[in-house]
Amino acid sequence: MSSKEKEPLFSEKNRKLFTDQLGRNNPVTVQVLGICSALAVTVKLEPALVMALSVTIVLAVSNLIVSALRNYIPDRIRIIVQLVVIATMVILVDQTLKAYAFDVSRQLSVFVGLIITNCIIMGRLEAFAMANKPWPALLDGIGAGAGYGIILIIVAFFREFLGSGTIMGYPILEKIGVYSFGYEDNGMMILPPMALIVVGLIIWVQRSRNRELIEK
Amino acid sequence: MKNFSNRYIFVFSFIMVVIVASLLALAATLLQPAQERNLEIAKKRSMLESIGVISTKDNSVELYDRYITESFVLNIQGEVIEDVDAFNVVLRNEQRKPPEDQHLPVFRAFPDDGEKVVILPVEGKGLWGPIYGYVSLRSDLNTIYGVTFDHDKETPGLGAEINTTGFESMFTGKKLYQDDRFVSVQVLKGGADPSDQHGVDAISGGTITSKALEEMLSDCLKKYDAYLTQNRN
Repeated sequence: MSSKEKEPLFSEKNRKLFTDQLGRNNPVTVQVLGICSALAVTVKLEPALVMALSVTIVLAVSNLIVSALRNYIPDRIRIIVQLVVIATMVILVDQTLKAYAFDVSRQLSVFVGLIITNCIIMGRLEAFAMANKPWPALLDGIGAGAGYGIILIIVAFFREFLGSGTIMGYPILEKIGVYSFGYEDNGMMILPPMALIVVGLIIWVQRSRNRELIEK
Repeated sequence: MKNFSNRYIFVFSFIMVVIVASLLALAATLLQPAQERNLEIAKKRSMLESIGVISTKDNSVELYDRYITESFVLNIQGEVIEDVDAFNVVLRNEQRKPPEDQHLPVFRAFPDDGEKVVILPVEGKGLWGPIYGYVSLRSDLNTIYGVTFDHDKETPGLGAEINTTGFESMFTGKKLYQDDRFVSVQVLKGGADPSDQHGVDAISGGTITSKALEEMLSDCLKKYDAYLTQNRN
C-alpha cells in the first residue's frame, strides 16, 4: 500500500465490512447460509459458543491466508486451494478442541469437521478474499463469523432456556422456583425443527424492522 | 486474472501440500499427549459410571484408583493371560482377531456398598458408527449391577438415547443366565414386561441402534461365558 492511497485501518468502509454482516447482510438470516449447523449445535449455549468461535477463527484465518496469496493462486485450481486452506484450519481447530475442550468437542462431534462444508466460508473466500487485500479480508471474515455466531447464540439461548430451563448449564428456572407453580420445560425446543422456527422468527423480526430486506 | 503455466500450478500445489502436511503432522504430534489423557479420563469416568460412581474430569483418576483396583486379561477359555495390561486393551482391535487369540479385559471394583463387582467392556456397531460401554456384574456373576453405554454418531433424540440414565438404569438387576444357560439381555420393541429378568424396553424410533446394542451385549459377554460359569458359585 502506497502512502497516497493509504486509508485508516478502521475506515468507515472497513467497519462496514464487519457491522453489515451482523445485521443487514447477515450470513444466516439474510443470505440464508450455514443453516445446517445452526440447527444442530444450538440445543445448548456452550457448544453454540464454541462452534461460533471455531467458525469465526477458521473464517478469519482462511480469509487472511487466501487473500494474502490471492495473486499467486492459479485460477484453475483456486477452489482446491481454498478447500485445502479451510480443511487445514478446521483440522487444527478440531485437534485443539480434542486436546483442551474434550467434553465440548464430544458434544459438537461431527459438526466441527463439517465446518469445512459450511457454505459461508467457501462463499466469503470466493467472493471476498480472492478479490481484496488481507486486512479487509480479515475484517470480513471476522464479521461473517460473528454474524453467524450471533444468530447461533440467540437461537441457543432460547432453546436452552425454554427447552431445558438452564443458561450455560446453570439451572436458572429451578433457582427462581417456577417449577413449583406447575411450569414445565418445553421439550419441543430441544428438537431440531424448533431451531428452524426460531431462525424463522429472527428473520421475521429483522425484516419487519428493516423493510429493505423484504424480497419483491 | 493472470494465466499460470501448468508447471507453475504443479509446483504451487506441491509446495502447498508439503506445507500443509508438515503443519498438520506437527500439530498432531504436539497435541497427542493431551488428547490421549482426555481419552484415558473419559474411559475411567465411564467405567466408574457403570458402578454408579459419578466423577468429574478432575477427580476421576483418584476415584478410579480407589474403586477399581484389580484388572486382568482372559482368553476365551477363561484363563488369565499374564503380562497384558487390561486398561490398554483396545476392544475394537481384539474383535478383528480370531476368537481364540482375543484378549478379554476384566476389571474388578469394590464400591461403597460392599459388593464385589466385575466390570466387562463391550463394543459393537451401531447404526452410524461404533457403540460401546461397560457392563458391571454383581459377585454372583449373573445379575447386572449397572451399565453405561455411549456412541459416536447415533441419531440425536433416537438411537443416541442409549447413553441416557433413563435407558441405562433399566439394565440394573437384569440377569445374563437362565438355568445356567447364557441368554444375555434382550432389548424389546414395544416394551418389556417388568418381571422379565432378561429384557428391557427398546428406544422408540431407535430400533436399529437398540438391536445393535442387544447384539453387542450378547456377542461381547458370551466370550466371558467360560470365566463367568467357572467362577459363578
